[in-house]
Amino acid sequence: MLVLAGIAVIVLGFLLRFNPLLVIAVSAAVTGWAAGLSPLAILAAIGKAFNGVRYVSIIWIILPVIGLLERYGLQERARIFVAGLARATAGRLLIVYLLFRQITAAIGLNSIAGPAHTVRPLVAPMAEALAETQAGPLDDGQREHIRAMAAATDNVGVFFGEDIFLAIGSVLLIKGLLEQFGIVLQPFSLSLWAIPSAIAAFLIHGARLLWLDRRLGRQMARRAAR
Amino acid sequence: MIGLPFIYTVAGVMFALYATLSLADRRLANAAFWGLLALSFLFGDRLGDIANGCLVLGLVAVAATGRMRRSGSEDGADRSAEAARRGNRLFLPVLIVPVVALVGTLAFWRWPGLADPKQATLVALALGVLIALAVACAWLRPHPATPLREGLRLMDSVGWAAVLPQMLASLGAVFALSGVGTVVGGLIGHMVPQGSLIGATIAYGLGMALFTIVMGNAFAAFPVMMAAVGLPLLIHGQHGDPAVIAAIGMLCGFCGTLLTPMAANFNIVPAVLLDLKDRHGVIRAQAPTALPLLAVNILLILWLAFPGHS
Repeated sequence: MLVLAGIAVIVLGFLLRFNPLLVIAVSAAVTGWAAGLSPLAILAAIGKAFNGVRYVSIIWIILPVIGLLERYGLQERARIFVAGLARATAGRLLIVYLLFRQITAAIGLNSIAGPAHTVRPLVAPMAEALAETQAGPLDDGQREHIRAMAAATDNVGVFFGEDIFLAIGSVLLIKGLLEQFGIVLQPFSLSLWAIPSAIAAFLIHGARLLWLDRRLGRQMARRAAR
Repeated sequence: MIGLPFIYTVAGVMFALYATLSLADRRLANAAFWGLLALSFLFGDRLGDIANGCLVLGLVAVAATGRMRRSGSEDGADRSAEAARRGNRLFLPVLIVPVVALVGTLAFWRWPGLADPKQATLVALALGVLIALAVACAWLRPHPATPLREGLRLMDSVGWAAVLPQMLASLGAVFALSGVGTVVGGLIGHMVPQGSLIGATIAYGLGMALFTIVMGNAFAAFPVMMAAVGLPLLIHGQHGDPAVIAAIGMLCGFCGTLLTPMAANFNIVPAVLLDLKDRHGVIRAQAPTALPLLAVNILLILWLAFPGHS
């Protein structure tokens, strides 16, 4: 039970808004100490894992490309581009992106888009520009909400698309684990049962995006009435 | 054969250049942080576990001082003029990245000799970035230092959050070593009402989500929840279909991933990248999707894994 102290440290640290890196380091120390590990063993475990998962930070090498293109007006161009599309709205744009993310992830292509390479330079500024045509000038809170929804749409799309793909890590993990318990499954049956949830995710998140459009439209109507 | 070491070298050189530029701007904390990260990417495999651990402590110490600063601001006026002048061709370099990632992945699967097949997507993605950078430079002819300056501007706006996902993975390793998972799984297992199919299914689905919120990773939650609730109560006890229970159980965990700052690369890093004032803004935007979807997933397990009961 004592090892759960580390989780308490994390929750408290995040709530009190200490620097998260510091909170994580303290939590690791507390957890390891509670489990009776030596300080050197904790340090070695941290170092080994940190070094082993460097690939999650590879995505940062894209920043010079994005930064360079932003300097030459990429985000402005994204805004101009969607402004020329007649029936486009922020919600519809994000629904199309959601579907694109789910389908490409379902065929194993979950790295072709993401927050650094598509959401920041393209999807978020496009959604913002469309929301402005729908509702007039946005305040800071609305602007943040539109951007956050763009990032959320990206996540929902990948999470509830990728498990349909046979060779994704989670499907292989499930298969391997159940084999240890003496249950042999075909990866195909696992990916098949991921489809109902994928449809539910599309319907729920898509409905929220349409709702976003309605809210933006109502704001425009209020503005016109004044 | 191209593998991760090559990409790590590219990233390491990039961080080393960032460190040098930061040093020239006299932003010492930034220089130290990107320098340590360059060290990790270039020499991490040769340092040994304890030295890597010390390197991590160094990163934490620099971040905790709160002295990392953003670099100079950009000017907006001429960017609109550039955007008008270049037209939609500006999108082409950005689109090179996904296209090369896609074509490269398929090619690496087809001809496994070209790149490490396990890392095919990552290698293809990195190649896409390098090609896009080369094309953008050949077309726009910026000052040679401009891509680095602009890259550093974005990197500084991300700041210490850049290593948050790696740090959380390290915490996960310590949690695993300390047996946190088994303790949490045991606690959830004890809370299941005896003999109730609905109770056990809810405990399993909610447990997957809660456990994922704590660990930040559905992959860590799954083995524990499967052993604590899924296998003994749902599969052996109630004779549910293991494929449904496993597949949708994992997706209950993904609903938890949408709700937790522990899944930093999905929830915190995008908030930082999009300049949100609220670090938890993305989680707030996801919660109204994640919670109903979790309920639907639990119902789907009930209906699909136990067709005789409903």
